[in-house]
Amino acid sequence: MALENILSVTGRAVYVPGDDIDTDRIIPARFMKCVTFDGLGEYLFYDTRHTPDGEPKDHPLNDPRHEGASILISGNNFGCGSSREHAPQAIYRAGFRAVIAESFAEIFFGNSIQLGMPCVTADAADIRKLATAVRENPETEVTVDVTDRVVRFNGGEISCGLRDGARQSLLEGHWDPIQDLLEGAPDVEALAGRLEYMRA
Amino acid sequence: MGKSLFQKVWDAHSVKELPNGQTQLLIGTHLIHEVTSPQAFGMLRERGIPVRFPHRTFATVDHIVPTNEVAEPYSDPLAQAMIEELRKNCADHGITFFDTNTGHQGIVHIVGPEQGITQPGTTIACGDSHTSTHGAFGAIAFGIGTSQVRDVLATQTIALNPLKVRRINVDGELAPGVYAKDVILHIIRLLGTKGGTGFAYEYGGSVFDGFSMEERMTVCNMSIEGGARVGYVNPDETTVEYLKGRPYAPKGAGWDRAVERWLSFASDPGCEYDDVVNIRAEDIAPTVTWGITPGQAVFIHENIPTPDEGGTESARDSISEALEHMSFVGGEPIKGIPVDVAFLGSCTNGRLSDLKEVARYLEGHKVNPRVKAICVPGSQGVSKIAEELGLDRIFKEAGFEWRAAGCSMCLAMNPDKLIGDQLCASSSNRNFKGRQGSPTGRTILMSPLMVAAAAVTGEIADAREVFGILEPAGV
Repeated sequence: MALENILSVTGRAVYVPGDDIDTDRIIPARFMKCVTFDGLGEYLFYDTRHTPDGEPKDHPLNDPRHEGASILISGNNFGCGSSREHAPQAIYRAGFRAVIAESFAEIFFGNSIQLGMPCVTADAADIRKLATAVRENPETEVTVDVTDRVVRFNGGEISCGLRDGARQSLLEGHWDPIQDLLEGAPDVEALAGRLEYMRA
Repeated sequence: MGKSLFQKVWDAHSVKELPNGQTQLLIGTHLIHEVTSPQAFGMLRERGIPVRFPHRTFATVDHIVPTNEVAEPYSDPLAQAMIEELRKNCADHGITFFDTNTGHQGIVHIVGPEQGITQPGTTIACGDSHTSTHGAFGAIAFGIGTSQVRDVLATQTIALNPLKVRRINVDGELAPGVYAKDVILHIIRLLGTKGGTGFAYEYGGSVFDGFSMEERMTVCNMSIEGGARVGYVNPDETTVEYLKGRPYAPKGAGWDRAVERWLSFASDPGCEYDDVVNIRAEDIAPTVTWGITPGQAVFIHENIPTPDEGGTESARDSISEALEHMSFVGGEPIKGIPVDVAFLGSCTNGRLSDLKEVARYLEGHKVNPRVKAICVPGSQGVSKIAEELGLDRIFKEAGFEWRAAGCSMCLAMNPDKLIGDQLCASSSNRNFKGRQGSPTGRTILMSPLMVAAAAVTGEIADAREVFGILEPAGV
């Protein structure tokens, strides 16, 4: 099954400020009592978007002007904590197709790339510039260009980081590696046979 | 040039380079639990792919199991559905399942070592970030997402980039009342919650040489809280001694071969590291968190920081946000803050030695009547030995509830949860907003004995004072 080549993501963006936004905050554990990922988008950032009584709070994702945004912007160490893929799944299923942050936690980054959702880094000053632009005008069209490693908006651009392997996976449609891994089966058999602890 | 353990294990498990430049890495041991595996089995079913090496996947159930009810069906139908799904998936694919009726169920990171499944020189993956725990044995062990759980089930491999290696030496002698938990909280405080991104942490130095396997596990467990997906300690005689006679440890001639192989994986003297950090054991005091990340920590005798202490605007914002969530005032002592709940357990500190150490001091003390205190052994194996030793009696007499094995209040995917803005003195690993089940709940991470001190006094306290642990004479 050939995967889509992800060259860029274009859409409106929303800024969720803060450093160390952990995966418990992205998707609280109680919403993981499920055996599928269906419907997780609804619970994205649930506890920061709602009061303990379930009433919507003042939060960028509750702002109707940002409805339909497909690019999420945030701070440092985004996605830290639990390895739960429920977190990038919730972001993806809420309609997002790319994340721009100052930095990402390792496991979250890998999980996101494997879903075909580019996660690119930008420095604090550039994030502020971008955040200001989308806050002032939520209609601002933002493009995350995976090929050129830049983020374009309002006729200008900021440079962004994306490590080579991840970039190549997205560009060439290898972001979900299952097919490549399955093709390696004979080599896997051979290697496993050489490792005493792996024998049945 | 010598090689680090990380390089040796990586090389021994590299299948080939993939088209995207990543390595196809063989996962020798795969651990699964009920939360992050059902979707992976679903993906296999959808594509008609079988489990390739079912004898190398081991399952248990931990996150959703109630610790206060044993009989099924559980009161929570969602929890019941999850345990049944795991049972079915394991039965369908011939996977060993340490179910609740086996006497071996427990938190996956306690069960693996206890069974002798966790071994040096191996690669271990699990859909759980605290898989770094297993690195205590000199394994390369890390958390993966559910799509990667699918990859391991289908191929016994994943696509991964190698990590850099940071050696962290802790030399000297820890003062009495300072524990492995304080060591790792101190490391995270020093290096930050994202300091380990892109690194494997290799822990060493005289403190680690002297640590038991359970102490090493406590430190490796929280590597991920410092951003490091992998944390490990080189295998030595302590490792070998721990594994001897465990159910899944090799036997007979296989044992001798295994020991030789295991020890050969230890980092070569003089091997090159990408970074080295040196810490003096004497500089570490009992450490507690005050905020909403594990890096926001102070020594028990220090004050809570004020936003002015942040070096950058975002650091100041982070301090303000944490103080607001915790309802703390910057500049005030952390000691003396009233607590509502004391939680002793989790994959960080729910092992036998944790319970033994607390029981040793708790005898003769009573939990403050304001405090709800629970002790949750990390596995049925831990429970059984603890009960044989009479530890359960000591905990119960002191006023702790003695529970069945599970993740319990570490992440509250089960009935054990904070209510409202309760403040919990917790031996677990994450103090994130809402982590313990209430969006406004508050968590202070600390060592098991500090949890006991908080339970007894009803406030954040210095266990050394509460339990009369003195500096040795002459120091």
